[in-house]
Amino acid sequence: MRSGWGAWFARRISLSLLTLFLLSLVVFAGGQLLPGNVGRTILGPLADARAVAALNHQLGVDRPAIVQYLGWIGGLLHGNMGESLEFRSPVAPFIGAALVKSLKLAAVAFMIVVPLSIGGGVVAALKAGTAIDRTISLAGLSLTIIPEFVSSIVVILLFGIWLRILPISASWPEGAGPLDQLRHLIPPAIPLVVIQFGYIARMARAGTIEALEADYTRTAILKGLPRALVVQRHVLRNALLPTITVIATQTAYLVGGLVVVETLFRYQGIGSLILTAARGKDFPMLEGGILTVGAVYIGATLIADALAVLVNPRLAPEMTG
Amino acid sequence: MSAGTTTSDAGPLAELTGDMPAEAEEPTRWAVLRRSGTFWSGTTIIGFWALAAIFGPRVVPWDPYATDLLHELAPPSAVHWFGTDQLGRDIFSRVIVGSRDILTIAPLATLLGTIVGTTLGLAGGYLGGLVDTLLGRIIEVLISLPLIIVALLALVALGLSSVTVVIVIGLVFAPLIARTVRAAVLGERALDYVAAAELRGESALAIMFIEIMPNVMGPILVETTVRLGYAIFTVASLSFLGFGIQPPSPDWGLAIAENYGVIAGGYWWTVAFDAAATASLVVGVNLFADGLHEALAA
Repeated sequence: MRSGWGAWFARRISLSLLTLFLLSLVVFAGGQLLPGNVGRTILGPLADARAVAALNHQLGVDRPAIVQYLGWIGGLLHGNMGESLEFRSPVAPFIGAALVKSLKLAAVAFMIVVPLSIGGGVVAALKAGTAIDRTISLAGLSLTIIPEFVSSIVVILLFGIWLRILPISASWPEGAGPLDQLRHLIPPAIPLVVIQFGYIARMARAGTIEALEADYTRTAILKGLPRALVVQRHVLRNALLPTITVIATQTAYLVGGLVVVETLFRYQGIGSLILTAARGKDFPMLEGGILTVGAVYIGATLIADALAVLVNPRLAPEMTG
Repeated sequence: MSAGTTTSDAGPLAELTGDMPAEAEEPTRWAVLRRSGTFWSGTTIIGFWALAAIFGPRVVPWDPYATDLLHELAPPSAVHWFGTDQLGRDIFSRVIVGSRDILTIAPLATLLGTIVGTTLGLAGGYLGGLVDTLLGRIIEVLISLPLIIVALLALVALGLSSVTVVIVIGLVFAPLIARTVRAAVLGERALDYVAAAELRGESALAIMFIEIMPNVMGPILVETTVRLGYAIFTVASLSFLGFGIQPPSPDWGLAIAENYGVIAGGYWWTVAFDAAATASLVVGVNLFADGLHEALAA
């Protein structure tokens, strides 16, 4: 069993690396090849042609694409993500700081959404077909499709302006303690929770229903075990497995949501860093930010798959693809 | 999915045998759709905004672009039903007319994505091989990035305009639509009518588009309506971020971006109605998609 898992894991890692490589190609193409003339894009249509050529040479974008790519990827492997065009200093520290802030926000969002949505999904499954089930399922599905900037506005208006119980900016004052930081992170976490709830609850509901209908559950019930014990011991364990995978895939959507939420709540995370870089046409910063986001997602799915297979080795063959 | 013959050379015998169940199926699906509250509430909401987009500019009480600096940030009243924004523009008129741009760009992007995605999905599913492998990898990379971020990167690289927004969203959606179409095609490929067409010597193109495509229209239709919901979501979010619809359009996402700076002062009406309009449209499209999905699954 162990060696099988090791082999599976090795294959899974190589697939992740392949995806990461393709991602780097996409990001490189988007950041350095598609703009055509990077110098012209930065300096604008009125700039002198010689200034554009000089800037292109200085940035190294007048070299052949393959040379540029190798230079860029080589730098990345040494932890050098290039130099910001806007700040004239290395990109990596900016991204590191922003990533830490975003992870804090994401952690708060996950701490709220995971228990809430799994609980909601399991309750819906145990009461399948009733009004409670329909309410949870319908609310989840409707909330999932509301853009984050809409739910953020509702949160700001409701809690920040009318009730005045939560701050409307996520940036805490200098030297704020963990509790104060948490208080500032709850408002931006709510829109992220709202959008995640439906997906995770749906998976938890489906997993629970499948487990409820499984033979081992019937056996346990026929054996005379009390319902609470059956649910606790047999149903939940099996139901929550697919949910782990969904939570990992949700990180990608989460980061997409971060762009909007961090902007609205004025929080300097990776999402607002990417947006600022995009607005300022700061290509190295933009590429570094996007690649980081992609790497985080690929890493999260890898860990989730590994966890799922570790808990249930029978899944291994179907998860290599 | 019914596997009825779709070619014109189906004789009277085919009508007696193969096509009978397929025809008997149609009314039940239609009946499910007709009785579907989900479908009709979605249709009503979409219909309302479509009418607003078409006739809005002619029926709204105020010029949505006219600024009135003497009445800026006026609260809702009998004169300005939804109040006015920072430039004194009538918010009710702007919300109604604000449906125009998003209801043009999002459907166009979806259409482009559907055409490209269906072609890729048919090719991947029917031809298999390299096309299929390549498609799988592209999807893998695409889903590892949030849609908004891919769109940001492409829009910065290609330059901002309504046309690039349509192209970028359409092309990002294409592989995702292709995945659904491919799965449906795989189910059809093994059926006899495809083998028969191959024996008749029909070209691969004819088999893909004339034989297989009509039989996978159901999944394509559902996928398209679902994607339309996401397209509206994405265009609205991009406009909010400044990378979608551009000023002075009364677009909802743009209006929220322009006004959310002043809501701390209590001017809630400058964003609340635009937020509600955005929410109603995405919910409407999703209700429509759900209703359609239920009916086709029946």
